[in-house]
Amino acid sequence: MLEVESLTTCYGAVRALDGVSLTVPDHSVTAVLGANGAGKTTLLRTITGLVRPVSGAVRYDGKELTGLPVEDIVRHGVAHVPEGRGVIQELTVEENLRLGALWRSDKRDRARALEEVYGLFPALGERRRRSAFTLSGGERQMLAIGRALMARPRMLLLDEPSLGLAPLVTAQILSLLAGLVRRQRLTVLIVEQNAASALSIAERAVILSLGRVAVADAAARVAADPNLHHHYLGF
Amino acid sequence: MGRFTDLTLNGITYGMIYAAVALGLVLIWRATRIINFAQGGMAMLTTYVAVTLIGNHIGYWIAFVIALVAGLVFGAAVERVIIRPVEGKPPVNAVIVTLGLLILVEAVAGAIWGGGDRSFPAYFSETGLRAGGRQIAFSPFDIFVLSAVVLMLLALAVLFQHTHTGLRMRAAAFAPEVARLLGVRVGRILTLGWALAALAGSLAGLLVAPKVLLYPNNMDTVLVFAFTAAIIGGLDSPLGALVGGLVTGLALSYVGGYLGSSLETVGALVILLVVLMARPEGLFTRSRPRRV
Repeated sequence: MLEVESLTTCYGAVRALDGVSLTVPDHSVTAVLGANGAGKTTLLRTITGLVRPVSGAVRYDGKELTGLPVEDIVRHGVAHVPEGRGVIQELTVEENLRLGALWRSDKRDRARALEEVYGLFPALGERRRRSAFTLSGGERQMLAIGRALMARPRMLLLDEPSLGLAPLVTAQILSLLAGLVRRQRLTVLIVEQNAASALSIAERAVILSLGRVAVADAAARVAADPNLHHHYLGF
Repeated sequence: MGRFTDLTLNGITYGMIYAAVALGLVLIWRATRIINFAQGGMAMLTTYVAVTLIGNHIGYWIAFVIALVAGLVFGAAVERVIIRPVEGKPPVNAVIVTLGLLILVEAVAGAIWGGGDRSFPAYFSETGLRAGGRQIAFSPFDIFVLSAVVLMLLALAVLFQHTHTGLRMRAAAFAPEVARLLGVRVGRILTLGWALAALAGSLAGLLVAPKVLLYPNNMDTVLVFAFTAAIIGGLDSPLGALVGGLVTGLALSYVGGYLGSSLETVGALVILLVVLMARPEGLFTRSRPRRV
């Protein structure tokens, strides 16, 4: 379980996160929603240490993550697919994927993980030797997710996976994630501006507004409340 | 015709040496976005280590290898202790630090070994070979220079393209933040990058010392030429370092041969100026914008 306790992160004088507290229950999908600038990306970046909080703490399965070097986060079972996907386009598809598991010492399991990812994303398998630069947006998202899965994480953090993707592709990827949560007992924290799609696969929803938690409730209730949509989610 | 051949061969040999130093500059630039102004000075220091060992009756090849290893260690130490604090800070900090390191290194060398010229032995004959009935400006030692640099380039290419460490290094160079999220210990990778760059520099220092003699400032002009080579090739490209080195070596050889050796440095600066005006990103830099 991920616990975020009174997290405050500042960029200079701007409080991007202002005392944010939330919990992400295991083996489920939690959606973090909110308008542009609400602090969603900052939340993920603070959890994984790319940005240091001014105060507050992040704990995963009881282990304190705040203050750890970024490269240790994945070793604690937390994989972050950053905003913009972070596909390294100078490398090939397979090199990107292999990179995701390099920190693990079990060579045979690394090879197994690679075959599992190709099984999950056949399109990547077909393009394994191609430069990642040549992939379409949807394929890059698959590559970024596949690469994160190579680490055999227990929790996956996704920052706006639907960005720049066609609705059909978004739906495919999200349903794939929902399937992974069920089959592999994965925990997913998904940040989205596209609230409707994220809510369709989430159990819990947290809405951030101006760096604070405005709503934390079951996703179904959030999806059904038109007032919330209007005030926080822009539809 | 004979003169042209001689100048060309001369240019290729020196060009390979510039390529080796330029490769070090490229490795460091790719890893830490810093221009290492002390690259030549560090190489000079390890060459002095070699000459001291040889003077104490250590065999040439053992001294050669020890100097290369000293380069590796020195490069790693410099990154860890001196450069780490200025990584990610404004670029001028790194400029000041590496220039300061260059001054320090030259002063230390002068203090320990004195400022006078020393000769450095070349294991192979430096007498030009005979070809087509005349002696050409290409000696067994020059063959060694070419072979050594090519061997090093091939070894690095294999390291980068076919090993886990190489994959980590490329990832850390192209996308350090993403690499960290994937568990790559980017800090250690940077140290390794500096170590390998210093190794390339040390090799160049050992190869050029027989030609230009050994004294604390002997790598200064080599650095200027290597920097030119790196800019021509594109600071992000190891292949560019090789091509840039050869282009620079040849161009300066022709300038020195046909216009006078005193114009060589001027020639290099003119080339630098032209490249920076016409194609500042160099020959091999991908000019396409980065999408993710």
